Amino acid sequence: MADLTCKDLCMTFVNQQTGGKVKALKDINFTLKKGELLSVLGPSGCGKTTLLNMIAGFITPTGGQINVGERLIEGPGADRGMVFQQGALFEWLTVAKNVDFGLRMQGISERETRDQVEKWLATVGLQGFADTPTYQLSGGMQQRVALARCLINDPDVILMDEPLGALDALTREKMQSLVLELWKKTGKTIIIITHSVEEALLLGERLFVMAPRPGRIHKEYQLPFAEWGLKRSLRDMKLEPEFTSVREEILTMIWNMEEEIMGGA
Amino acid sequence: MLEWLSDNRAVVAAIIILLLVGSFFASIIYGIKQTRLREKDQVFGDPERTVGGWFWAVCGVSTLLLVWFYFSWGSARAFFPQAANELCQVAKLHEAVSPVTSSLAIDSRYSKSKTLLVRNSRQLAELRDRLPVNAFSPADAALVTGVMQNTQQLISIMATPDFVGAATIAELEKIKAGYAAITNELAKPRQGWSPDPAALAQPSWGISEPEIPLLPISARGAMYDALAVEAASLSEDFLKIRNLSPAAKDLISETKATIAALKKSQSPNESDPAIVKDRADYLKSVDRIFKRIDDGTIFPAVVMADMQLAVEAMLDRAEKAKGGLRYVEALFFPGGDIVKSRTQCTEQGPGRWLPKPTDVVATFFGLANPDVENGGGYKGTTLLWWKWLPISDVVSILIPDSLIDLLPGDYGQLNDKGEFEANYKDWMLGLAQGDVYLGVVPMLDGHIWDSLFRVLVAMFFGVLLGVPLGIYMGVSRFYKSFFDPMIELYRPVPPLAWAPLILTIFGIQDDGKIFLLFMVAFAIMVISARTGASGAQLSKIRASHSLGASDRQILRYVILPNALPEIMTGIRISIGVCWGTLVAAEMLAGTTGVGFIENVARTVSDYELIWVTILIMGSLGLAFDLMMRWVISQLIPWRGKG
Repeated sequence: MADLTCKDLCMTFVNQQTGGKVKALKDINFTLKKGELLSVLGPSGCGKTTLLNMIAGFITPTGGQINVGERLIEGPGADRGMVFQQGALFEWLTVAKNVDFGLRMQGISERETRDQVEKWLATVGLQGFADTPTYQLSGGMQQRVALARCLINDPDVILMDEPLGALDALTREKMQSLVLELWKKTGKTIIIITHSVEEALLLGERLFVMAPRPGRIHKEYQLPFAEWGLKRSLRDMKLEPEFTSVREEILTMIWNMEEEIMGGA
Repeated sequence: MLEWLSDNRAVVAAIIILLLVGSFFASIIYGIKQTRLREKDQVFGDPERTVGGWFWAVCGVSTLLLVWFYFSWGSARAFFPQAANELCQVAKLHEAVSPVTSSLAIDSRYSKSKTLLVRNSRQLAELRDRLPVNAFSPADAALVTGVMQNTQQLISIMATPDFVGAATIAELEKIKAGYAAITNELAKPRQGWSPDPAALAQPSWGISEPEIPLLPISARGAMYDALAVEAASLSEDFLKIRNLSPAAKDLISETKATIAALKKSQSPNESDPAIVKDRADYLKSVDRIFKRIDDGTIFPAVVMADMQLAVEAMLDRAEKAKGGLRYVEALFFPGGDIVKSRTQCTEQGPGRWLPKPTDVVATFFGLANPDVENGGGYKGTTLLWWKWLPISDVVSILIPDSLIDLLPGDYGQLNDKGEFEANYKDWMLGLAQGDVYLGVVPMLDGHIWDSLFRVLVAMFFGVLLGVPLGIYMGVSRFYKSFFDPMIELYRPVPPLAWAPLILTIFGIQDDGKIFLLFMVAFAIMVISARTGASGAQLSKIRASHSLGASDRQILRYVILPNALPEIMTGIRISIGVCWGTLVAAEMLAGTTGVGFIENVARTVSDYELIWVTILIMGSLGLAFDLMMRWVISQLIPWRGKG
């Protein structure tokens, strides 16, 4: 495991039909230490997902570079696990086979992975679901499978693209606790992209608020809430004046950005 | 058992019809009750409403079979077996009088005299207008014009009542009296009409070929039969009458002489062959019209009007004399009737081309009988059975003979005594040519199996080659763009348009048909696999990349299973299309298969067999589809839930 470094990261998309250029990201610089929990927040179109896709290696930046430790990222790999908004599970496989997919692709037999599967399913709270077909699971359970599938590969960095966005409020809160728990337990570096300010505050040791046109890091926070969340009820925390004041500040910030976009448009 | 069923077809059919009517009404009553029960929990538009409902299926099938029975005249056969025989006798009367009716304005707008008169007068006028001036000398031209004038005059004489000869009038009167007598008999039949004892021994309707017994088996039938004989002799007399008065006869002989003279004399421009031909053609046309009138079959309208009244009165009375038979005919012989032609009575309309369901079932069991020596199967092949297949046959297909040539060493030689010394290579060649006995295995056999085999082999190769290509086309720009034009160019061409070409290239045996079907299956499989592969969710692909899967692994473990629903749908569609194409291909050529049976049945107008083959094809198609639906539900339970 190692630190994640982004240096002078730029991404310019070229429209195939018109030839017009859109600067999705411009000069992103940050270093994420091993074991840090980062949440990224911003209005739509600010390049959050682009940033994540570049770290995952799905798209190649037009400028700058990303390193995990000393290694330059040139494509997707098992060292950077990804969790998507809609699970992206393989619905033709059972829960267990989804979870050990990565291991099986490395040539490890199903029998050998069985114990690990059981362990990780227990960790995400899905004991006894190993042989259930995934299409029978609820949205929250599918997200738990996605987490287990990602964790079993023992990646250096876990990237989450709005992982809880499609869940109902109650399930979402439970999953937030789970993410914090897993973070503590595994000590992984985690980047979470979210639309929800509250979620970003709860699940972010560090928090980037990004701004659009061109996409950039507008402001960075260091927050204590993730640490608190490991010991306290999340619901209580949300009522703390410290929490609410930061939330209001960020909400105003994003509100103003959106206003600017709308006004500009 | 079968014989008893055959002899009592009518009773059996009656029972079946009553059962069908019973199940029709019972299922409706049950269905209405069910609908009322469900009304409370389901509203219109709720898809749950379509679940279940077997009773409506029963109702639908009963309706279909009842309609089938009805239009195949099955109910008439079951409940009024005598009716067909009686209608046959009535048809005999109609047939007997038909030469007369066809010359009168019955069943047609104009009488024959009127048609002849109008047509020939028009043709004469046309001829007169285009008299070739340079082909005739002035004198000859005058003669030709004279012939045409005479012909026109002859028409006038024949069409004028005053010129009709007394003898002709008397003959016409005699015939009219004959019709009146028949009409009288029909109106007040004398007692004592009875069927011939020999007639009663005939097999009843539907038992033998020709199906309708010809001799009358009832008193009413006997009367029609006898009257038909009388009417036939009247018709004969009528056809002999000629309307040639003395004035007409004189005119005819004079004109004949003129025509003969004209034929002998020559054209002034004898040297020009075109003019000579013109002259000959013109004279021939004039002569032809003259001869038509010369036959004397034109009668004045007034004279024939009486005849028409007499015939119409007779036919009208014949219709009334049917009595209750009229209602049976109207109700139980829908869409057609029974006609007499030459030596037999036949059904016209659905009664002819729509055999009753029970007959179709009987024909099917005849076909399904595997005992080919004793009339089972069709054209020496069973419908669906099994046989011992020598393993050497399969081996000879699998090992090409040329492979043996490549083995080391030479083939055996003749020795000095003139004997052949075979070595191992000769033995291997025998093996490759299927001459070595290797035992036998049981193998399916028969027309249905042949058809199935062709479809299954074609499907096998279609899936084997089409799915990988389709998957690659779904993920690779090169594959997609390189193969797309070829496949899209040949795919829209109907397989039957390919058939003549493919059958010429590959032969009319299995190879050609299998290749034709392969083409169909291949295109469908490529397209469905491509759709499935290119429809893979991006996030799934990305997830598998992040999980460390290689490109090949993603293709095998993500894209292929993800495309499985489309592939299965493709298989389902292509089996259906292959099945349809196969039958058509078998109709073009070949000696086995369901399509072959239908093709032969078509050439001999065996309607029962045609219906049997249609039903076999339909039920096999249905069976395929049900099977595929089941396989899909087992194989892709996540379908529509992903």
